[in-house]
Amino acid sequence: MNLVVVLRLMANLGKDLELDPSGADIDRDAVGWSMNEWDSQALEQAILLKEATGANVTAVALQSAEVRQLFWTAHGRGADRSVVIEGGEIAPFDSRLAASTLAEAMRELAPDLVLVGVQTPSDVFGQVGPFLATALGWPHVNVVTDVRLSAGTARVQQEYAGGRASLLDVTLPAVLGIQSSSSPPRYVLISRMRQAMATPADTVSVRPVRPSVSPTLVALRRPEHRSTVTMFVGTSAQIAAQIADVLRVRRVLEV
Amino acid sequence: MGEVLVYVELVDAQVSPGSQRLLAFARQLADSCNSSLTALIASAERVEPGALGPADVCAEVRHPALWPYVPEAHEAALGAAVRARAPDIVLVENTTVGLDLAGAVAMASDMPFVSYCVELSVRSEDAHSKSEIYGGLLLAEVHTRLPAVFAMNSGALPDEPTAHPGRGEWAAIAPPAQLDSLRMTFVEPIEAADPGIDITKADRLVCVGRGVGSAKDMAVAEELAAALRAELAASRPVVDAGWAPRARQVGKSGSRVKPRLYLALGVSGAPEHVEGMRASELIVAVNTDPNAPIFNVAHFGAVADLFDVAEELSKLVGD
Repeated sequence: MNLVVVLRLMANLGKDLELDPSGADIDRDAVGWSMNEWDSQALEQAILLKEATGANVTAVALQSAEVRQLFWTAHGRGADRSVVIEGGEIAPFDSRLAASTLAEAMRELAPDLVLVGVQTPSDVFGQVGPFLATALGWPHVNVVTDVRLSAGTARVQQEYAGGRASLLDVTLPAVLGIQSSSSPPRYVLISRMRQAMATPADTVSVRPVRPSVSPTLVALRRPEHRSTVTMFVGTSAQIAAQIADVLRVRRVLEV
Repeated sequence: MGEVLVYVELVDAQVSPGSQRLLAFARQLADSCNSSLTALIASAERVEPGALGPADVCAEVRHPALWPYVPEAHEAALGAAVRARAPDIVLVENTTVGLDLAGAVAMASDMPFVSYCVELSVRSEDAHSKSEIYGGLLLAEVHTRLPAVFAMNSGALPDEPTAHPGRGEWAAIAPPAQLDSLRMTFVEPIEAADPGIDITKADRLVCVGRGVGSAKDMAVAEELAAALRAELAASRPVVDAGWAPRARQVGKSGSRVKPRLYLALGVSGAPEHVEGMRASELIVAVNTDPNAPIFNVAHFGAVADLFDVAEELSKLVGD
């Protein structure tokens, strides 16, 4: 059985997240990049399935400057193969074109199952998983928290609000949007990471179908601080003392 | 403008609280652009119409495959409704079901899709919307030609269902043929095991976010929770990393809480988290990032190292 896991780089959220001069994108040179956290869960789930069934795991990522660090992690955790997908320029936030590009690559890679993080924090124009599945005409399930494989079928756990969940059987091939893997992502030993860094990636070149419709991102802004938060300043001891005072005044500690 | 179509989520054959709030939002939107509001009910049986009051038209796709919920079946039903009604705006709530349906139907119908929406209005042929991205650190202003699909963040919907009634007509939509040849089957519901922890009942919560950094560093927060006689809670990244059990998770995919004290340590305050705790009576947040969105909902805050503050506070309130 062949599994493909889609990996994406995501800007590190923090004080380095600044806008570029256009005001319609982040300053991509000023920010650090890491694997999208939900993709990390999808990768872990793929490796767990490999360990349980002997499936083959291919990590794929769209071409970008820092793509190699994704594959180091993937190989370090146990992926068998890594593939860079070249399909031309994709504008920031254009998850639909990203999905179309991935879909063309899937026709070549012919996986039984595609795992992808259920979302990224920048999916303003939609999530890749449902777009990819729709482009391929495959069934898809999102917010998945456990996967078991048997011949031609994935048994998946889908989570809903308030802690409800269901088990669903999905005929393969299919796309799963992973919320969390059935056990937390493993750490990679430095020695394995060194080996992984020596593993070359393959390249698949495709010509994606460009979406005919797309919304326009006019501007990015920092939200106005609507709250009336009172900020404590000083040393840690002084801050703790001020918090303790508030808890006493509000009688939170006496209940 | 053409109609606004809302996909209604059902829980135990009732309109979900989130969908009631989505209908209230959609009623205001439809009124603001002299449009009609259609509520789509995809179900195996007739649904109690009470909560559908705001709708002008209750469009019903009825088929045995539509209960219990299976994503492929509901995607087919929403697709059929979009073809039958040709709405200008399709609204879903940004939930698991919303994630399953919105992007797929948008792509299949060749409509643009805007996700994580917190505001939406219509100006002539265009929709103007704002979306919370990067964990609430930035707002994206988006212009979209209609027809289009929008996924609304639950936290941005009105708190109360609307009393404003619609026309209340009913219309049947023929079930699409795909419903008889699904590639997905429902196996069983999963009952959450009772872990003996119920953070929704706690008076005081100390919530740990990803700022804690590692499993062993949870001890500092545990000590503070003990000193405050509080329950320990956690944000999603902490639970997904395996540092705290899922029963302690606050937010969209965890519990909604309303304690007397919510002390957030290293919690950035992503929209999915804030949705689950903003109703807390007293919110105190400690984070090293002055731009962390948690400070937008906190009553008191400090830009500081959570470990230092937690240790000092444990000393002050312990015994």
